Amino acid sequence: MEKFEKLIAIVVPLDRPNVDTDAIIPKQFLKSIRRSGFGPNLFDEWRYLDHGEPDQDNSGRPLNPDFALNQARYRGARILLGRENFGCGSSREHAVWALEDYGFRVVIAPSFADIFFNNCFKNGVLPIVLDATQIDALFKAVEAAPGYRLTVDLQAQVVTTLTGVQMPFDVVAFRKHCLLEGLDDIGLTLQRADAIRAYEQRRRSEAPWLFTG
Amino acid sequence: MTGKTLYDKLWDAHVVRADADGTTLLYIDRHLVHEVTSPQAFEGLRLAGRTPWRSDSVLAVPDHNVPTTERSAGVTGIADPISRIQVETLDANCAAFGITEFKMNDLRQGIVHVIGPEQGATLPGMTVVCGDSHTSTHGAFGALAFGIGTSEVEHVLATQCLIQKKAKNFLVRVDGQLRPGVTAKDIVLAIIGKIGTAGGTGYTLEFAGEAIRSLSMEGRMSICNMAIEAGARAGLVGVDETTVEYVRGRTYAPRDALWDKAVAAWRDLHSDADAVFDKTLLLNAADLVPQVTWGTSPEMVVGVDANVPDPAAEADQVKANGMRRALEYMDLQPGMPISAINVDKVFIGSCTNSRIEDLRAAAAAIRGGTVAANVKQALVVPGSGLVKQQAEAEGLDAIFKAAGFEWREPGCSMCLAMNADRLQPGDRCASTSNRNFEGRQGQGGRTHLVSAAMAAAAAIAGQFVDVRKF
Ligand code: SF4
Repeated sequence: MEKFEKLIAIVVPLDRPNVDTDAIIPKQFLKSIRRSGFGPNLFDEWRYLDHGEPDQDNSGRPLNPDFALNQARYRGARILLGRENFGCGSSREHAVWALEDYGFRVVIAPSFADIFFNNCFKNGVLPIVLDATQIDALFKAVEAAPGYRLTVDLQAQVVTTLTGVQMPFDVVAFRKHCLLEGLDDIGLTLQRADAIRAYEQRRRSEAPWLFTG
Repeated sequence: MTGKTLYDKLWDAHVVRADADGTTLLYIDRHLVHEVTSPQAFEGLRLAGRTPWRSDSVLAVPDHNVPTTERSAGVTGIADPISRIQVETLDANCAAFGITEFKMNDLRQGIVHVIGPEQGATLPGMTVVCGDSHTSTHGAFGALAFGIGTSEVEHVLATQCLIQKKAKNFLVRVDGQLRPGVTAKDIVLAIIGKIGTAGGTGYTLEFAGEAIRSLSMEGRMSICNMAIEAGARAGLVGVDETTVEYVRGRTYAPRDALWDKAVAAWRDLHSDADAVFDKTLLLNAADLVPQVTWGTSPEMVVGVDANVPDPAAEADQVKANGMRRALEYMDLQPGMPISAINVDKVFIGSCTNSRIEDLRAAAAAIRGGTVAANVKQALVVPGSGLVKQQAEAEGLDAIFKAAGFEWREPGCSMCLAMNADRLQPGDRCASTSNRNFEGRQGQGGRTHLVSAAMAAAAAIAGQFVDVRKF
């Protein structure tokens, strides 16, 4: 996993609540057995005017000019600004793979669905919760200023506007550490193999029916 | 000391170690796997030179992509090459890593959340995970069950553990008794309508009360299945006689002396009387009517006797805009009665409502009628090969076929339209599944979530009808 460095990037707004993972990456793209290549199909049904299929050349497809990602002012955006319950629905990690593949490293929203939130951290994407008033203000500011950027400093846990307004955010210490260092958490867990074995041994005597396959 | 909730008990029993900030290594007893969210996890294992920690804890089944039409040609007969590769990849991974798999044409094959309980692979007191958000279904057994992403699938394969933080406790108590024609599906839709699709985020929902106690395991599974639609990763129902009787004698359930020992332990799998919940919702089952969703989120739901709501009456502007967008997508007018909505297709199936009891309820609602002329397709897709066999033994397939329904092979089918079963743009569907998101059942398709009986009645009437008066 890529380390999360301090990020200064353009923000793209997605002004609707309950953006679900089916919308982030429609089901036909879930048939891939790879982990990369989902970026061109991120938000496929909103982004294009035609129907997309896997393994298709996306370069000539008609774009929906009303969709923010297609607008010149948001080109190169690496921060996605969303509304409540972002990433709800299916557990598909493909949604985060698609966001990451497209170039997003940060999603800011007032709330996230739990599974999506977890999946972000596994892929070097930082989900940031800010309160609804801050989010409202950000939507207005992004709307008002083409090329609007934010600075995201994970080490200091703060989002800063170009005018210097600071918005601190919370992040679990363990996850922060893994993101900053780009750590593979399977490797970390396997360092605890003895504790896992000890647990299994105790459970095997307490509840042997859990170990009969 | 105050008592523990069921969730507290399940959590505590599975902690391998916990850090000061609450980050916990949680042990996983049962890992269910399907073809869509596992290929990259197996690939990750392979690349890192790792093997499964306990392959005997894993049970795999292809369900999302499999055709539900005649499939005697086997995997090579799957028309869509990309679907076929995914099913073949699962077969190959299971063979390579020594994992038990119910292959596509195995009688025991079916939707992962139907077969786990059916086989007794889901037991009370377990932690159960699957790379699928509807893993919450298994919480009906007093098991801590939740969906995970593909990286976590790989993590569980490699370590038998997950790194988690504990959620909070949310009690949903449904007192009283359901009236005839009102089902578990209506309870859960009504709950989601009340608390919203993010109402349970950060919580584990425990469903309790007289109405829940009175439900069969099938009904409890329908409710826990949709806990995720209320934002909660896990839903729970405490263990009682109904649970124990359902599990008894199933393939993977313990036997003899081990059975007695297990049942004795399971008796404690309920919240203590003095347990404290962070949040509580009380409902009375007697007040509930059959529910129909009108929008593109499961929280956009009303009773069948109500009208489509008006965004103009919604004070919250973000919400009102969401409602407007939903009405436009669904092609509905504010204020129109739900009972005036015609349907083009009907889908009876999915991990919410494809068990034998659902099929019985749907067959009963047909009452000798036939599928209305305006309904282009009505599908019944049993949740597993065993459910299908049971339904056929009871003659339910004959009732469906005589009425003009198609009787299919088990799988996810039109719940998410990854195989050939899907809505065409503009099609309006009465569906027993759990998600009505834009495009969920096919691009441009319009989904109304209902119970199995309500879906069958809609097929016969050609529009939504109140199954209590039908
Ligand atoms: S039936 Fe639908 S919701 Fe259930 S596992 Fe299959 S696709 Fe997911």
